[in-house]
Amino acid sequence: MAWFKKTETENRISGELKLDIWTRCPSCESHIYKEEWHNNLNVCPKCNYHDRISCIQRLNLLVDKNTYVELNPDITPIDILHFKDGKGNYKDKIKETIRKTNLNESVITGYGQMNGKKVAIAIMDFRFLGGSLGSGTGQKIFMAANYAVEHHLPYIVISASGGARMQEGMLSLMQMAKTCAGIAQLKKKNLPYISILTDPTSGGVSASYAMIGDVNMAEPGALIAFAGRRVIEQTIKQKLPDNFQTAEYLREHGFIDMIINRKDMKKRICEILEFYQR
Amino acid sequence: MDLEFEKPIKEIENKITELKELSIKSKVNFTSEITELEKRCQKQIEEIYSNLTSWQILQIARHPKRPVLQDYIPLIFNNFIELHGDRVYGDDRALIGGFATLDHQKLMLIGHNKGKTVEENVERNFGMAKPEGYRKALRLMKIAEKFNIPIVTFIDTQGAYPGLEAEKRGQAEAIASNLTEMAQIEVPIITLVTGEGGSGGAIGIGVGDVILMLSFSIYSVISPEGCASILWRDAKFAPDAAEALQITAPALLKLKVINEIVKEPIGSAHRNYGETALNIKKCLIKYLQILKSQPVKKLLRRRFELYAQMGNIKSKQGL
Ligand SMILES: [Zn+2]
Repeated sequence: MAWFKKTETENRISGELKLDIWTRCPSCESHIYKEEWHNNLNVCPKCNYHDRISCIQRLNLLVDKNTYVELNPDITPIDILHFKDGKGNYKDKIKETIRKTNLNESVITGYGQMNGKKVAIAIMDFRFLGGSLGSGTGQKIFMAANYAVEHHLPYIVISASGGARMQEGMLSLMQMAKTCAGIAQLKKKNLPYISILTDPTSGGVSASYAMIGDVNMAEPGALIAFAGRRVIEQTIKQKLPDNFQTAEYLREHGFIDMIINRKDMKKRICEILEFYQR
Repeated sequence: MDLEFEKPIKEIENKITELKELSIKSKVNFTSEITELEKRCQKQIEEIYSNLTSWQILQIARHPKRPVLQDYIPLIFNNFIELHGDRVYGDDRALIGGFATLDHQKLMLIGHNKGKTVEENVERNFGMAKPEGYRKALRLMKIAEKFNIPIVTFIDTQGAYPGLEAEKRGQAEAIASNLTEMAQIEVPIITLVTGEGGSGGAIGIGVGDVILMLSFSIYSVISPEGCASILWRDAKFAPDAAEALQITAPALLKLKVINEIVKEPIGSAHRNYGETALNIKKCLIKYLQILKSQPVKKLLRRRFELYAQMGNIKSKQGL
């Protein structure tokens, strides 16, 4: 359940481009004006490649202006295990990540309106330790689910994660059960739960709250997986299909209801919520 | 397979065997010497087993002679009526379950089905379940709920099977559904890690009211080898990763991830199946008694609270 080393964006920024008004699409390699790229919500205007976006960009995209109230913004990771690896202390890594990303955890949670309709929402950010599911992440997603139950709101969770956070050991694995226990309350109370899977949604996150939406939506081309591609290749010692573990592959096999372009996401969520008649 | 750290034990055991053979051959009585050696051997085992590293405990948890589910069933339960299949795709031999009786208590037993021989492990896929295994487990849990009998799960797996077919049939969805449903199942659930509790494949049948571990079992978010190859960039640092991940029963008891440690006999379960099984049996009976008397509402509320406290970080409590 690892996260991936570097985002495409980081690679691109550190990479070969000399003129920084241009960006190159990692998929079709077209050169696109950066401004155009951003105006198009980090989606390639040529090939529809959906690049990763920050939780703040996503929030602005989905929630009506000036309606969002954040819940538990101060929750940060805690280094309960005093974890040290080959490269250093987890504690230092947390501090550095908070400073770099200006985020406190790998998810922001809160409530707000979508086209005037109140919802509870959780948005993950891959830049924060690979969007990994730590205790703080689980706690925030769990608390937002509790908020939705308490206030009879639909709950929307947007995932972007490499899986459970190794540096928090078993407490991280237990967040899979904890978040699902929170979502189970929504199901019991007949409240809508929409899960949106973005690139990437894997490991312990795909095997918990991300996969149990009443409606599971994904962005085009998103990597959605349980086990890592390399682990599988080593286990079965055969080549995997090209579209293996993509959103399209999962839809084909019955685990995703729909693949929606980023720009249409808000509209489609609202359309679906209109069918909720309780 | 001999464990490296058990060498001193093995040496004394070999001497005992030698002496016994010699006493038969030479017709000389070595009884007192043998008794002395046996005492020394016992002391050596106690000493070694009370000072194990996490990595060594992992080797014990994976020991090929360590009892598996099929060893425990006749030692703990009066009968076992196996139920097969997920009603959708097939019957996973890596994860099995059925009706079982413990003393007089009827229950649903579900567990990873590791083997001990090559043939068994091929048939049972080394206890690494596929989606159909997790879906069968859920089907059985629903039966338990309907029949109003408690559920006991035995965890012993490296992890859920990482294969093409497993991904295609929705390994992630199967585990996610189990986690969600198990939070709501209206009968008591007791879960025991007997060997290796490997990640999502373990917790996929591991949500419950009481979580137990055998003394020398382990429970981990990722295998130490996998963790080392990512965070240390080299799998040979697995012993360091094992230590850092805090995967042993005492560490997890301290972190309140588990409720109790079920004691293994001196020198661990593979030296004495009977005593291990008896300790498990006693502990299960104890908790079944406690849980049985709880009304469903209270049971579910307590289960919810148990998970709510796992990594319960309050605002402004962090760094
Ligand atoms: Zn492109």
